[in-house]
Amino acid sequence: MIEINAVTKRYGSTTAVSGLTFTVRPGVVTGFLGPNGAGKTTTMRMILGLDEPDSGAVTVNGRPPRAHAAPLRQIGGMLDPRAVHPARSAYHHLLALAQTAGIGRSRVGEVIEAAGLRGVAGRPAGGFSLGMAQRLGIAAALLGDPATVVLDEPVNGLDVEGIRWIRGLLADLAARGKTVFVSSHLMSEIAQTATHLIVIGRGRLLADTSVDEFLAAAAPPAVRVRSSDQDALATLLRAPGVRVTPANGGALAVSGLTAPRIGAAAAAAGITVLELATEQASLEDAFVDLTQDAVEFRPTPRPPAGPSLEETK
Amino acid sequence: MTTRTQDQGRVPATVPAYPRPQKVTQARVLRSEWTKLRTQPSVRWALLSAVILVIGFGVGYSLLRAARPPRGAAAAAFDPASVSLAGVQLAQIAAGVLGVLLITSEYATGLIRATFTAVPRRLPILWGKAATLAAATAAVSLPAALAAFVAGQAILRRHHLAVPLSHPGVARAVLGSALYLAVAGLLGLGLGALLRSTAGGISALFGLLFAVPIAVGFLPGTWPADAGKFLPAPAGQAVTTAAPDPASSLPPWAGFGLFCAYAAAVLGLAAIRMRRGDA
Repeated sequence: MIEINAVTKRYGSTTAVSGLTFTVRPGVVTGFLGPNGAGKTTTMRMILGLDEPDSGAVTVNGRPPRAHAAPLRQIGGMLDPRAVHPARSAYHHLLALAQTAGIGRSRVGEVIEAAGLRGVAGRPAGGFSLGMAQRLGIAAALLGDPATVVLDEPVNGLDVEGIRWIRGLLADLAARGKTVFVSSHLMSEIAQTATHLIVIGRGRLLADTSVDEFLAAAAPPAVRVRSSDQDALATLLRAPGVRVTPANGGALAVSGLTAPRIGAAAAAAGITVLELATEQASLEDAFVDLTQDAVEFRPTPRPPAGPSLEETK
Repeated sequence: MTTRTQDQGRVPATVPAYPRPQKVTQARVLRSEWTKLRTQPSVRWALLSAVILVIGFGVGYSLLRAARPPRGAAAAAFDPASVSLAGVQLAQIAAGVLGVLLITSEYATGLIRATFTAVPRRLPILWGKAATLAAATAAVSLPAALAAFVAGQAILRRHHLAVPLSHPGVARAVLGSALYLAVAGLLGLGLGALLRSTAGGISALFGLLFAVPIAVGFLPGTWPADAGKFLPAPAGQAVTTAAPDPASSLPPWAGFGLFCAYAAAVLGLAAIRMRRGDA
């Protein structure tokens, strides 16, 4: 169980996290989603006891992260898979961490085996591929069989096999009653890994919900329609609660109306419908919709939200 | 290619339970830091270079002085033990830089985050590093200093300039050389932990050991001798000299004690910074 209560964290004049409150419960995989620079890593650093909040409180399994007598038993974390001494072998990296808590060599062997690192454990960790480094970081996080597991972007750099492995591993940990908190900046990734979702942007909480609810709420389906007279159809359909925007291929994207009603309206006006399809917005669209106001760095000026056909002419 | 099997593919996505208690203790952290020290190749190179500098420079300087033996008043002031232990002056660079690197390499690679996640009270890490570094440096330096002394005296003996180990202060100077190098390493460790930067730590170390004595040497009158002996390097090196000059040097153990106090002060400041605030 991770409890974040009204936490604010500043670095100099930059406010990384502001008034953040949420709880990560045991027994499920909770995804932690946000654009780059949203404050995910800052939050995770505070959960691991590396940074202290300026105000508010962080507790892990009921106590401040730095107050545990047996920390590896309580919190296992990975922030950066490259954070190893490059010349030290993976085995000795894990052994040194294990020895701080009196964890024996046989347990080190177990996590090496579980992470699929048996063949490379004797090699210097600096020579690892990103995928192998991720496995090493995850192995380190699991050394003490911790009640709470916190992983920053664990899927980065893994191949298909590795991604399948980590998803199975996280599901297994959750099924064993552990608190599993995994960050990502990719919605599609998190949707396949997590069942619960915390979304932040610019250091503030945007959503605390199940993945299913989040998708249903954030991404209403749109209808794609192409007809003999797009301008007339757009004028015809426009009404309060209905949004008509140009889509690719000369089509219109209509939200707020169902496909049968659009078809019927076109028929009544004598407009020939050439194409009519309901489209579920993609996961990434849902994410972008939610966070577009909260993206810190934007490469190009943002177009006005939902431009109508008229406005873009 | 097709016959090569991927180990990872057959690994079940689970990790066995491990219900044993896992309390962090200083003794366990000490063991962990020892593992880190002995599995970091740069440590071996730094200690090896310290040994080579102590013996190599000691032998070289002894040969040089044997080739131009002192005469008259210079002969009376000649300190054969110090000549053969002259390499300590250079080896302190290796020992100090090793101390800096031992902690700044963890900050530079980010390993410190994993370390502090395992030991969130943090200070046991600093004490563990200090103890293993001092022990390893002293253990390597003592035989090196002894070898440099024996070899140097063998060279000087041909010119009847040698002293035996039983001569007053000589055994203490040999032992003191090893202790001085160990504490120079601790000074580096403290500076590295305080500044969290390899370049900053090494610069501060060189400044403290070499630049400050040079600057004080420019002072007028008897200032250089009066104030200079209280600076870290001259104070610490009193213990590496068989018969330190009372005018320009503290008594051996008092000087070494002051050198230890400097290192302890820097380590104390580093501990305050390490414990508080962000990693």
